[in-house]
Amino acid sequence: MSENYIYAVARIRSKELTLLSGNFVDQLLSAKDEKECLKLLNEKGWGTPEMTSEEIFAQEHAKTWELMEELVEDMSVFDVFRYGNDYHNLKAAVKETCIAGEHPGIFAEDGTIQAETIMKALETKEYTLLPERMQNLAQEAVEQLLHTRDGQLCDCMIDQAALSAIREAGKATGEEILSQYGELTVVSSDIKTAVRAARTGKDRTFLERSLAPCETLDTEELIEASLEGFDAICNYLERTPYSDAVEELKKSAAAFEKWCDNLQIRAIKPQLYNPFGVGPLAAYILARENEIKTVRIILSAKRNDLSEEAIRERVREMYV
Amino acid sequence: MSIANLGVFFALLGAVLAALFAGIGSAKGVGMAGQAAAGVCTDDPGKFSKVLILQLLPGTQGIYGLLIAFITMTQIGVMGGDANISVYKGLLYFAACLPMIVVGPVSALNQAKAAVASIAMVNKRPETFGKSMIFPAMVETYAILALLIDILAIFGVSALSI
Repeated sequence: MSENYIYAVARIRSKELTLLSGNFVDQLLSAKDEKECLKLLNEKGWGTPEMTSEEIFAQEHAKTWELMEELVEDMSVFDVFRYGNDYHNLKAAVKETCIAGEHPGIFAEDGTIQAETIMKALETKEYTLLPERMQNLAQEAVEQLLHTRDGQLCDCMIDQAALSAIREAGKATGEEILSQYGELTVVSSDIKTAVRAARTGKDRTFLERSLAPCETLDTEELIEASLEGFDAICNYLERTPYSDAVEELKKSAAAFEKWCDNLQIRAIKPQLYNPFGVGPLAAYILARENEIKTVRIILSAKRNDLSEEAIRERVREMYV
Repeated sequence: MSIANLGVFFALLGAVLAALFAGIGSAKGVGMAGQAAAGVCTDDPGKFSKVLILQLLPGTQGIYGLLIAFITMTQIGVMGGDANISVYKGLLYFAACLPMIVVGPVSALNQAKAAVASIAMVNKRPETFGKSMIFPAMVETYAILALLIDILAIFGVSALSI
């Protein structure tokens, strides 16, 4: 199986040479303004001087997926990265169906199902057009939103299903890196939700509808902790493999977000030395998304005249 | 054909299997390394000569298998001479070919894995080409040991008067 990806991994090893390094990020941080950052990025092959930053990000994102489509015959191995977009589109389609008016630009690309198909399924109530994992969920979400008009409840249901699907898809590949990606995605989301719920005084029902099960966290204990308050969440996390998160959570939500992203990047770093299998390809996708996120943070901070020190606190670790 | 005449069959079976399995191993190994080499050359054709050498390393086992088959066939008289050898001697020739039958493909495939990893190393750091050759070359040791014991055993068996 791993021998199917030898050519692809060799190509990726070449592509890794063009990934943004920590040194390049330092250069961006030292640039005096957003314009200078964009010039540096243009020199690195990111977009052209006429393009806006968002156009550059869209182009870089598209480049990654075009490369993967060229290298990998069966793209379903990367479903774990694309399920998020499917469920986002489902949320958007549910609201588009139940709320009057048209809202252009609400759908994400790069899902495993076309947004139009989701819309058609919801409008015609032909839920069988959707994959099996989404059929009941879509029906239930539409009914809930029509009956209760509670958009948050509908979002919670879909988000929880999305997280479970991502985790299951990761596990189903049998690839450690993808399985780990699914698990860490659920863990970071569960912790974020639990903390937010504790701070806004949400009840047990909300937490039960929002937290997705995972292997390394006990959702029951996390719910109990969230109901008790922020300190109880910290105490619980101290007893889990994610004790490092406590310090970051106490700092700020942004610090915790950064910790989550860095955790993912550290988890994929061994793939730099793995010559076989889909792991290095998956790691490359995550590394590209991470560098786009990092550059977006830097450009946005430069646009808002944040100090270099303040930006440095938000910048993610790089893969290479 | 009586059992007494099966000696040449067993000896030839050993020779053919040595060439067959070592050849399969090498073909697969060179193919694996070739895929990695093609991946490197797609983005940087300048590394062609370096990765080509690494690609060829798992190919030697096929040559060793051919050599063992050739020596065995000349010794048993299949390529000219008297091919009338006893069953016992035929089985001994078969046993003499076993190291290459087993070690040949196993070492070729493992050498291919090391070659693929070394190609990745050269891709990232072309200056490490010399060092990168060492890793797959270490696997070659065991193919050479198998070749050596095969040659000694074949000539040893042919010297026996049984």
